[in-house]
Amino acid sequence: MSFKNFRWFHWAAPQTFYPVAGRLWRPFAVLAVVLAAVALYMGFFVAPTDFQQGEGYRIIFVHVPASWMSMVIYLAMAFWAFLGFTFNTRLSGMMTQALAPTGALFTFLSLWTGALWGKPMWGAWWVWDARLTSELILFFLYMGYIALTSAIEDPRRADKAGGLLALVGAVNVPIIYFSVKWWNTLHQGASVSVTKGSSMAQTMLWAMLLMALAFWAYTIAIALYRVRSIILERERHTGWAQEVTT
Amino acid sequence: MIWASWSDFWAMGGYGQYVWGSYAVVALGLMLEVRSAVQRQRRAIALIHDQQEDSDL
Repeated sequence: MSFKNFRWFHWAAPQTFYPVAGRLWRPFAVLAVVLAAVALYMGFFVAPTDFQQGEGYRIIFVHVPASWMSMVIYLAMAFWAFLGFTFNTRLSGMMTQALAPTGALFTFLSLWTGALWGKPMWGAWWVWDARLTSELILFFLYMGYIALTSAIEDPRRADKAGGLLALVGAVNVPIIYFSVKWWNTLHQGASVSVTKGSSMAQTMLWAMLLMALAFWAYTIAIALYRVRSIILERERHTGWAQEVTT
Repeated sequence: MIWASWSDFWAMGGYGQYVWGSYAVVALGLMLEVRSAVQRQRRAIALIHDQQEDSDL
């Protein structure tokens, strides 16, 4: 089937997407568990001690993947919001909403694990440097999105208002990403051990990348799972929603 | 092998509280999110069942 002939709008109907999401979330959940198990094994039993930070560096295996996801999920929300404004598809707004709690969670985890890493290495839980501050702003953007969409009763209007916030707030993501280059930050630049150039760094990198993939799979699974709840909440008066839940 | 013993493993070279504190919060956060997602789905289905009962009266 070619790209052109694929019936995008057919699959964008909540009624058709509900069973599709129901079939898809499980394999992604299984994948997330398997990848996380392998990543944890590599992170704690294969990756060696860091020559500068000792064993304390092992926070990296959750801190960096969580931080990546916090940014990726916001961009994904902006993407769905953009589709929603362009094609006026109802599913887009639901996908944006389904992603928001997971994005907020990963942002919180990024800040929390960062504090637990900063304390032993920098001597401070928190500093107001550009990387940390822009990540904190990202957390407020997620909270703002969730508060805004849940405060507006009409779901279509909530999607529009929230979508606008998702699109405008996306400007913050490149600011976070490049903050360590643009400003003189206490937060280090690119990954701590990749540049060491030994076979040791290789296993560290793999543990981190596998955990990032596990978080990706988790995000896809939970977003697909949650979008089904959102679909049911909004379509509860329709005949198909009543049929599918009996 | 990196670790001489289990106590060596849990100590994490003196960084135990920071490393395990990080992993514990990540695990807790993910578990709470999964639980809230499952509850939301149950609520959504229950809501539909309730309104069906109302309309059956």
